[in-house]
Amino acid sequence: MLELRHRGSCPGPREAVSPPPREGEAAGGDHETESTSDKETDIDDRYGDLDSRTDSDIPEIPPSSDRTPEILKKALSGLSSRWKNWWIRGILTLTMISLFFLIIYMGSFMLMLLVLGIQVKCFHEIITIGYRVYHSYDLPWFRTLSWYFLLCVNYFFYGETVADYFATFVQREEQLQFLIRYHRFISFALYLAGFCMFVLSLVKKHYRLQFYMFAWTHVTLLITVTQSHLVIQNLFEGMIWFLVPISSVICNDITAYLFGFFFGRTPLIKAAYVLSKYQYFVCPVEYRSDVNSFVTECEPSELFQLQTYSLPPFLKAVLRQERVSLYPFQIHSIALSTFASLIGPFGGFFASGFKRAFKIKDFANTIPGHGGIMDRFDCQYLMATFVHVYITSFIRGPNPSKVLQQLLVLQPEQQLNIYKTLKTHLIEKGILQPALKV
Amino acid sequence: MTELRQRVAHEPDAPPEDKESESEAKVDGETASDSESRAESAPLPVSADDTPEVLNRALSNLSSRWKNWWVRGILTLAMIAFFFIIIYLGPMVLMIIVMCVQIKCFHEIITIGYNVYHSYDLPWFRTLSWYFLLCVNYFFYGETVTDYFFTLVQREEPLRILSKYHRFISFTLYLIGFCMFVLSLVKKHYRLQFYMFGWTHVTLLIVVTQSHLVIHNLFEGMIWFIVPISCVICNDIMAYMFGFFFGRTPLIKLSPKKTWEGFIGGFFATVVFGLLLSYVMSGYRCFVCPVEYNNDTNSFTVDCEPSDLFRLQEYNIPGVIQSVIGWKTVRMYPFQIHSIALSTFASLIGPFGGFFASGFKRAFKIKDFANTIPGHGGIMDRFDCQYLMATFVNVYIASFIRGPNPSKLIQQFLTLRPDQQLHIFNTLRSHLIDKGMLTSTTEDE
Repeated sequence: MLELRHRGSCPGPREAVSPPPREGEAAGGDHETESTSDKETDIDDRYGDLDSRTDSDIPEIPPSSDRTPEILKKALSGLSSRWKNWWIRGILTLTMISLFFLIIYMGSFMLMLLVLGIQVKCFHEIITIGYRVYHSYDLPWFRTLSWYFLLCVNYFFYGETVADYFATFVQREEQLQFLIRYHRFISFALYLAGFCMFVLSLVKKHYRLQFYMFAWTHVTLLITVTQSHLVIQNLFEGMIWFLVPISSVICNDITAYLFGFFFGRTPLIKAAYVLSKYQYFVCPVEYRSDVNSFVTECEPSELFQLQTYSLPPFLKAVLRQERVSLYPFQIHSIALSTFASLIGPFGGFFASGFKRAFKIKDFANTIPGHGGIMDRFDCQYLMATFVHVYITSFIRGPNPSKVLQQLLVLQPEQQLNIYKTLKTHLIEKGILQPALKV
Repeated sequence: MTELRQRVAHEPDAPPEDKESESEAKVDGETASDSESRAESAPLPVSADDTPEVLNRALSNLSSRWKNWWVRGILTLAMIAFFFIIIYLGPMVLMIIVMCVQIKCFHEIITIGYNVYHSYDLPWFRTLSWYFLLCVNYFFYGETVTDYFFTLVQREEPLRILSKYHRFISFTLYLIGFCMFVLSLVKKHYRLQFYMFGWTHVTLLIVVTQSHLVIHNLFEGMIWFIVPISCVICNDIMAYMFGFFFGRTPLIKLSPKKTWEGFIGGFFATVVFGLLLSYVMSGYRCFVCPVEYNNDTNSFTVDCEPSDLFRLQEYNIPGVIQSVIGWKTVRMYPFQIHSIALSTFASLIGPFGGFFASGFKRAFKIKDFANTIPGHGGIMDRFDCQYLMATFVNVYIASFIRGPNPSKLIQQFLTLRPDQQLHIFNTLRSHLIDKGMLTSTTEDE
């Protein structure tokens, strides 16, 4: 395999301004003697020392260049730099929020693409940090392998979840049927190919580095890809399960910054109230084969039908009302907001700790004034998993399209047996009329 | 959180002289790059000789090379005998053994992490690692085992609630661990702590998922557990033997002792071994039947009508082999054909798991994962090739052997809403009518 080339220290377009400091310079005297015997010393040893030292010895990764667009700079040239920063942040916040609204308007398919785009960008940001930490930008195979693993894992997840929703579409095409039937095997074979490539790519002097990058890639995949797929599954339940949690976290971010805990919750209950009225947000996303697109039309479930609740006595005194009509979903939204406020920040602390550990100010510099995409989404990290677990535990049972798909895969005799069992069950329950030709 | 206490690093297997250099490094403080690089460039200490006294005495006359060979050989036979005893004891004991092996492997890998990062003294971290292991195990056991114990679970109230909200409970437990980690971040040791967090999670990913897939395979029928493991062990031994007698061309730089002759010879030997072993095992019900939990007797039973896979069938031998062997047809179990696939995987891809472990050991400059088994190293050393095999068998079964479980599907169906049930019922009905299994007149019965 190729030797580690001593390429120039510019890892990527964004960091073109300042090269990462050579690790030898920062540590002092003894490393000079080491560098003369470089060829004999395992490069692993040098980077291995990096791990065991405490944080204060690690050189800082230089901050990335300023990417504020020219127009903003001109418009704000009059203000002092402190206000300028605040304005940039404010303008970008509004831009992001309006972009969000625009994409919601365009529909679930666009939202899915957006989630996928964000996932790929987050993965890229974290992997880039890994490269910079380990100065391993030059390991020739590793970038290819990381992206390959990302592709494999995405393929696996999309096949497991999204294929269920496209069941009718899939039944028509022969090749897709084959892919779906042996999906796990194909995904596993693809992953194995990557694994074997990794083993074959181990270079004598860089074992440790390569193992570190391998582990870094896998942990990043675990974090970003699983979360994004849970987000998409929540989306398919109904856009409201996607919007309300994300808005809770953003709102908590902003209002915790401005006002504090309590005020962070009330607006969300109102938002939940407003959104629950519209079928567009409330219905599970389905793929209709006749229209060849995603539709969200249905009979809203009980969760989204107004019900009157009698208030407990202490609230009665405060609000001076006997009863209140609420959507049951609003009660769930209280649980979601509580989680967003109490536990969501831990995701933020985790990311802050990570940034301090590797002495970086922001994950990247994608959004001027805000840092990278990961900076915006670090609190969302746990929220998506929580919402998914919440839905599966408290809201819905198993996924009907998945059950259907599994039924269709069985042997004909088994299908017949199941059919008869189901028929008796449905007739017993009165869902099916015995004499009627349904 | 408490400061990093200047405890002496206590690695149980390390001989005293290396411990001193490590503790020196700690007492010196953070910028002791000299002593650290000394400690780093020296390999992590060779563990003490753990051979039991009785073996030492018995083999005292032989030269050290033969002694090593004998120790290895005796331990191999001891392990194989142990394996047979456990198989005899039944699926429950097997499950427990798998769990113990999993815990030991986890412990070995985490200990290596501590040694690498000199982070044995991070006070919270050992607790957190074991806590995460517990959480993930709880999650997996809950997801899989409750399916098999379904009736038992439905009877007992507390178990029923635990099973119904299982995901939520597991997630809460994991969250607690996550929050504890965030709260335990100490100012000077952020990077170390993140490294250990990452190390723990990758180890969990490797060790716990594999062991659970092994248990899944076990429940399909003990033969799906025994044949793959035996194929990997056989490939190990046969490749060693072939390499010992015929080996000349090195296979890969990572493991200089492996040779192409060993690799290919091992491949053929394993395929033949797999065929023979499956032939012998397919005849017995106790190996072939899926493990089921019997509610009346409150124990595991392996009693059933063997499926088509385990019934002798006549196969026509292709012309090429006919001339060689002189038989026209052969009676085989269909399972034996699957065993060829399993043996092929064990011989071709299984070694990559071994190379991965070798690379890992070289990267961190250790000779063995631990010193649990004299002459062999740690438990992880024995199980490194099995790593991929369990996943492969599980994926193989799921893709080619069995479909979804009909009774489980009915259970899931019964939990759906009425309109969803009706929709599925109608779709199934039209599907069956399309296939001609059902005509409009027969449904009126």
